[in-house]
Amino acid sequence: MTALLPAAILVAQLMLGLAMACATFRVLRGPRAQDRVLGLDTLYVNGMLLMLTFGMRFGSTHYFEAALVIGLLGFVSTTALAKFLMRGEVIE
Amino acid sequence: MTPLEQLPIWAALPAALLVVVGAAMALIGSVGLLRLRSFYERVHAPTLATSMGMACVLLASMIVFSVLQTRLVLHELLIAFFMIVTTPVTLMLLARAALYRDRTEESDQVPLLSTPSGSPEAEMAAPDGAEAVEER
Amino acid sequence: MRRLLPYPVIWACLLLLWVLLNESLSPGSLLLGALVALFACWGLALLRPPASRLRQPAVAMRLLGMVLADIFRSNIAVARIILSPQQHGRRAGFVSISLELRDPNGLAVLACILTAAPGTAWVDFDSAEGTLLLHILDLVDKESWIGIVKNRYERPLMEIFQ
Repeated sequence: MTALLPAAILVAQLMLGLAMACATFRVLRGPRAQDRVLGLDTLYVNGMLLMLTFGMRFGSTHYFEAALVIGLLGFVSTTALAKFLMRGEVIE
Repeated sequence: MTPLEQLPIWAALPAALLVVVGAAMALIGSVGLLRLRSFYERVHAPTLATSMGMACVLLASMIVFSVLQTRLVLHELLIAFFMIVTTPVTLMLLARAALYRDRTEESDQVPLLSTPSGSPEAEMAAPDGAEAVEER
Repeated sequence: MRRLLPYPVIWACLLLLWVLLNESLSPGSLLLGALVALFACWGLALLRPPASRLRQPAVAMRLLGMVLADIFRSNIAVARIILSPQQHGRRAGFVSISLELRDPNGLAVLACILTAAPGTAWVDFDSAEGTLLLHILDLVDKESWIGIVKNRYERPLMEIFQ
């Protein structure tokens, strides 16, 4: 067919890159620690979606595994950071 | 000629639509992270990316790979299941951590510890005083 | 049977996840997946999670459909709030609701529903008194939100889990 889908994926990747920039800005700006952690969590989710669009673009399922790992790491790191904010230590 | 351009129109059109809508939802969620004023408002923003944004992109990916490989590719459901289970946990923990920190600092933006329901403290809205919290 | 396979539903779900991850239905991968799921179920039994029975699958399916529709609708509502030019006219705030649901699994499902839907966020729950603290992005009418949570979500969950 035409180049409809590649163009759509390119647009989506640009939007996701912009979304990651917004999340990074929130990480850098703060103002408080919980805002930074929230920004980091959003950054992870957007990065995961970007990986999936890359997989579609190159027709390779290897990016799927990368996306799964990013999702796992994002969950673990955000949970650990939230726990740290609440108690001052991760493992009690 | 990339493999993507050989995709028939009946698969390419919904996939293109879904991927753009999903990315747009993720972008709106991240913009909300910048625009909303207090932390408790910003907690709502990432759920846009993790609910509809994720669902649309995963559906598009499932359509593309199923047609490209001429078999049913469903392993994107794994990511969907995983995100559905984990996102509420992270956001809830983060909200509780923020509440705990605000309460120990005795911020007036959050309701006090164990208010009986219906008392005036329970509906502490923060329309204009949010900047005061931001400065800390 | 119950001693050999303590959680049949969780076992089946784990096996399904294994098959999805491997993308094959060959006997070897099915057997390996069944074994891994069995060991995971035994490990789970050692942790003794609070047990509750899933009653009324019809109500559960109806709740699932309703929740998906609500998530779709609130996605669009929150996107509109974020993109609206003036941010100062809107009221966001906390609402505390006293719940009658006591089953821990039911409460976990309620927390997932409320957090997954944009616009509502579960902030804190006092398990001694059963009061839930919610943050709502667009708090127009407090009473209507309490009604939504109690009638739309809590009542079917109580039917399912208690």
